[in-house]
Amino acid sequence: MFSANKPFSMHLDPNAFLPATEEDKQYISRMRPSSTFFKDGCKRLLKNKVATISLILILLITLSSIVLPMVWPYSYDAMLGVRPGKPVDASYNNLAPFTWGKTELKRMEEGEKLFPHIFGTDAHGRDYFIRVVYGTRISLAVGFFASIIVLIIGMTIGAIAGYCGGRVDIIIMRIVDMIYSLPDMLVIILLSVVLGKTLNVENTIFEKIGANIISMFIVFGLLYWVSMARLIRGQILSLREQEYVLSAQATGAKGSWIIRKHLLPNCISVIIISTALQIPNAIFTESFLSFLGLGVNAPMPSLGSLASDALNGITSYTYRLVIPAIVICLIVLSLNLFGDGLRDAFDPKLNA
Amino acid sequence: MSERQNDTLLEVKGLKQYFNINLGFFRSKPLKAVDDVSFSIRRGETLGLVGESGCGKTTVGRSILHLYQPTAGQVIYDGKEINSKESLKEFRKKATMVFQDPYSSLNPRMTVSDIVAEPLDVHHLYSTKQERNDRVLELLGYVGLNSEHASRYAHEFSGGQRQRIGIARALAVNPEFIVCDEPVSALDVSIQAQVINMFDDLQDKLGLTYLFIAHDLLVVRHISDRIAVMYLGKMVELADAEEIYSHPLHPYSQSLLSAVPLPDPKAARANKRIVLNGDIPSPLNAPSGCPFRTRCPHATEACAQSMPPFEEVDKGHFVACHRVREIG
Repeated sequence: MFSANKPFSMHLDPNAFLPATEEDKQYISRMRPSSTFFKDGCKRLLKNKVATISLILILLITLSSIVLPMVWPYSYDAMLGVRPGKPVDASYNNLAPFTWGKTELKRMEEGEKLFPHIFGTDAHGRDYFIRVVYGTRISLAVGFFASIIVLIIGMTIGAIAGYCGGRVDIIIMRIVDMIYSLPDMLVIILLSVVLGKTLNVENTIFEKIGANIISMFIVFGLLYWVSMARLIRGQILSLREQEYVLSAQATGAKGSWIIRKHLLPNCISVIIISTALQIPNAIFTESFLSFLGLGVNAPMPSLGSLASDALNGITSYTYRLVIPAIVICLIVLSLNLFGDGLRDAFDPKLNA
Repeated sequence: MSERQNDTLLEVKGLKQYFNINLGFFRSKPLKAVDDVSFSIRRGETLGLVGESGCGKTTVGRSILHLYQPTAGQVIYDGKEINSKESLKEFRKKATMVFQDPYSSLNPRMTVSDIVAEPLDVHHLYSTKQERNDRVLELLGYVGLNSEHASRYAHEFSGGQRQRIGIARALAVNPEFIVCDEPVSALDVSIQAQVINMFDDLQDKLGLTYLFIAHDLLVVRHISDRIAVMYLGKMVELADAEEIYSHPLHPYSQSLLSAVPLPDPKAARANKRIVLNGDIPSPLNAPSGCPFRTRCPHATEACAQSMPPFEEVDKGHFVACHRVREIG
């Protein structure tokens, strides 16, 4: 390194250095491989342990609520004590967890292997575990669909109001104010009464879930989009003053392009978090209505109606109230935590 | 000077841009951001537009591009007036804009290649993905960025690099005319020099015409062929760059140029600053007649009566002042 003929000089000998070859340059200038916004977000999401666990939990609950009823030996509406042509076997009613009814015990003595009633049975002799699974399925479905309806309507209207501004904005926001002032519970109750008569759900796929749930979807579509619309309008009002929107206008982009490419992606974190919070909100509403008897139709369970039924035997069979309550808690909590994780992961400005 | 350089690319006639300011219920007052501005830009030249904050420079740039619908006046581009949707659509493929703030002018959710290719997407200027990609890389090459930068997000770049991305976006449609709205005022001085030189190089390479809006007089002097001075929504002086620096005729331009700091301390000491009294009046209650009369050391009665016409005093030197012959 140091010059040989001047041993005490600190001057570096330029001959000791070689110019970098193309290969070396390539090696040094190698950069992080390109990655999409979505990939980056997923990577960050998976790094977040709480969000990952919540996601796994949500997937587990969702999958089991879809798959388990297909493979479970008992059906949610079969009263096990009722046999055609025989008197009702009361031993099946109110079974404790992991016990069997009389005829089942007899069949087991004969050497047959029977699947246990994990959570016992309810007052009508129906397997409680599968009822909870079915209730979860209904509650989740209501939650997801209701928030998708709210998301689509709220996002579209909010984005239009925020972007167009002026008179359009004033008219839309006054309608929103009017809807805000309607008592939603009253509307749900009124609609479910009216729709129960006028909606002909017999012999359709909606028959099982019943007119009450349909009316709830309609109410969500009619009333609950307003808070989403307000939220998104507020975001877009501030975002549309950004220069990149002006730049898109200067290139001649249309309003729909600007909303899709610039405005909505920039309020995605708000959209995600409020949708993730809308799902538990809808689940709560559904449970609450089912608890009041305005939810799903009778043999079909939902987590709310299960809790409501359990109230009758709360002293002897406390677990029947606790189980659906725990499931509601798990769903709501994991959705909230997952929503938080999503927001953190998909906001590059927070992780810059 | 060839003949080609003398033909007019863009002509602005009597441009007015008023904004309604709400003063309460059903009461509004027009804010005259730009009031009766006329000028023309020749093909291949750079017109510098200077003036203090709030004088309407940026509004002029935006009104020319019809980002605000002009209240009155004509914008004639290449002999055709921009007045219909079709003409505007064509105009948008030829005239683009570089923005002031490199931080808010790039969408944080888009990769650099999407930002740069946005005008291509909007105008459907490519047939295959490969073509789009090639064009993006070519554009990034123009502004000194490379292919590795294409897949990144804007927040991963420094201010100077971001401004380069903004310039690449403005170049995407192969424009002839670019409005540069204070493109260097948000950058530090060393980066300013790089970006300004890049503007110069691109002009030579691609034959661009610039309307260069700035408040830094030295920057404008360096890049501009001609310079226009604005005050309170009106154009007060327009002349060749060297002419305006050596013989400013309007009292406002004189005062503005005397405020330019000089690097030579001897010259700086000799330079007498013309300090104006008072503040710039609000454009909501602009003074009658000449807008500058309230601060003008040479103002007379006549100045309050009528707006001085914007007329050619010397060859190519336009001034709007009643007393220009006495002062000059």
